Amino acid sequence: MAKLLFTALVVLLGCLGVGLVLPKWLQFMLTMAMANGLVSLGLVILMRGGVVAFGQGLMAALGGYTAALVFEHFQWTEALALPLLGGLSAMLITAPFAPLLARYRGIFFSMLTLALSMVGYGLLVKTDALGGSDGINMGRVHLLGHVLPDEWVSYSLLAVTMCFVALSLVWAKVYFASTRGLVTRAIRDNELRVEYMGGSVAQTMAINFVVAAFLAGMGGALAVMALGHIDPNFSYWTTSGEFVFVAILAGSQSVMAVMLSSVLLEVVRSFSSAYFPTTWQLALGLFLLLVIRFLPQGLGALWRSKPQEEAP
Amino acid sequence: MSWLLSAQGVHKTFGAVVAAHDLQVNIRAGERISLIGSNGAGKTTFVNMITGYIQPDAGHILLDGQSITGMTPRDITRLGVARSFQIPQLYPSMSVLDNMLVAQTTQDNQLSWWRAAHSAAARERAEALLARFNLLAYRHRLVAELPGGVRKLIDIALAMMGSPKLLLLDEPTSGVAAEEKFPMMDTVMQALEGQALTALFVEHDMDIVSRYCQRVIAFYSGRIIADDVPSVALAHADVRRYVTGERDA
Repeated sequence: MAKLLFTALVVLLGCLGVGLVLPKWLQFMLTMAMANGLVSLGLVILMRGGVVAFGQGLMAALGGYTAALVFEHFQWTEALALPLLGGLSAMLITAPFAPLLARYRGIFFSMLTLALSMVGYGLLVKTDALGGSDGINMGRVHLLGHVLPDEWVSYSLLAVTMCFVALSLVWAKVYFASTRGLVTRAIRDNELRVEYMGGSVAQTMAINFVVAAFLAGMGGALAVMALGHIDPNFSYWTTSGEFVFVAILAGSQSVMAVMLSSVLLEVVRSFSSAYFPTTWQLALGLFLLLVIRFLPQGLGALWRSKPQEEAP
Repeated sequence: MSWLLSAQGVHKTFGAVVAAHDLQVNIRAGERISLIGSNGAGKTTFVNMITGYIQPDAGHILLDGQSITGMTPRDITRLGVARSFQIPQLYPSMSVLDNMLVAQTTQDNQLSWWRAAHSAAARERAEALLARFNLLAYRHRLVAELPGGVRKLIDIALAMMGSPKLLLLDEPTSGVAAEEKFPMMDTVMQALEGQALTALFVEHDMDIVSRYCQRVIAFYSGRIIADDVPSVALAHADVRRYVTGERDA
């Protein structure tokens, strides 16, 4: 654990240092990529249990709307508190649905999450108090009570996002190696046996779903802090599809791969939409096909070692 | 007398098929019992009712005097009942050691967000049990890569991980090559040796039954037709007619 924390701290400090010298457009792009990466990290937790949610966009939107509303109506402007509030809000709103969703697997789970997200999208579009289809704006956040000067806004938000991402990745790594993380993998393989061993499959899946919602809400709040605006499109199914894209690209073996995949998607999206705006999805699709063909376990499989084999 | 397991008037039908007819079975702690019978006789239904996978239509099943009728498989497992399966139910994409650690975690109810699954103590305990089944050399191998006989043993080892009071083995030698059956059963019996547990085997091989069990319960058409020591039970006329398929000279 001490080694993991030390490594994370060194990497975080390194990234914070590199972030200082990056141009503002790249700082913004990385902020968005990592905020979105948090949503995909939640998806990876679900994927380790054998299910894929197609409604994580709604979870991100819940976090984003919470941050924006709290900022506008309660003047809570602290950049370190809003993401936590966003995550908490997404978690609490999602929790009542978790026991229901935990009973479904495969395409039924995916479709149910998609259906819920589309109901949420419809409500957001029709709710005038939330800005309807135009959404709502959010002002500039403060950091530790201080107003962020113009020239430091972009970097500060990147740094805050990096800190949240680092904490989340460390937690996810510990979780994947924990007893609960191991049982989640076992559920993907054979949930009948888990039940016969005395484990509760439904409880584990429900908890994973709620945790994924927290990460998505946190990511949504961080994204809205950087964008300064949120609208119902955050919860639209195509947005959820992008989070799934990143999760599949990353695979479920490495937490770092999630962030790298999210950055990769953001880079491809930014450059492709600049140079061939009408066909960039084609390039993205081909890229995913190649990954599925040659790296079915995702990018994370590139540096994750296989179990050591011994002759019996 | 207090019984470890007691089935009282247990009845179960599937449509017109009577899978269990007023079963009365009492089992003492420490017994090694074989359940025999032709296909469809009701052996696996009996095991499935004990483990809570299916519920009896009537009657009660008591474990240590406590009714377990209506309980879920998970709750019954927590009370000390474990089982293996005719087709091994494992986690194929995981290593043998990880399979054991999952069993340990779930049976001990040690789910935690931060406690490492591969802690030294957990590994030591899992490896000790693997050694008893002569499986230690396979511990880092993926289950999907292993032969059927080894998977059978892992399946039984998983069931043993929680130190159960009652172990139910559903056809432990089915699908195992004839020449491997006795070595495999020797391994299982050695692993059970010294354990304060009761074992019930569903078994078709009468040589295995005669050699490894102290008591035989024979089923036919959902009824118990014999319940005695192997030498007596296997010589019973109904057992010879309906189970072993022998004809009187």
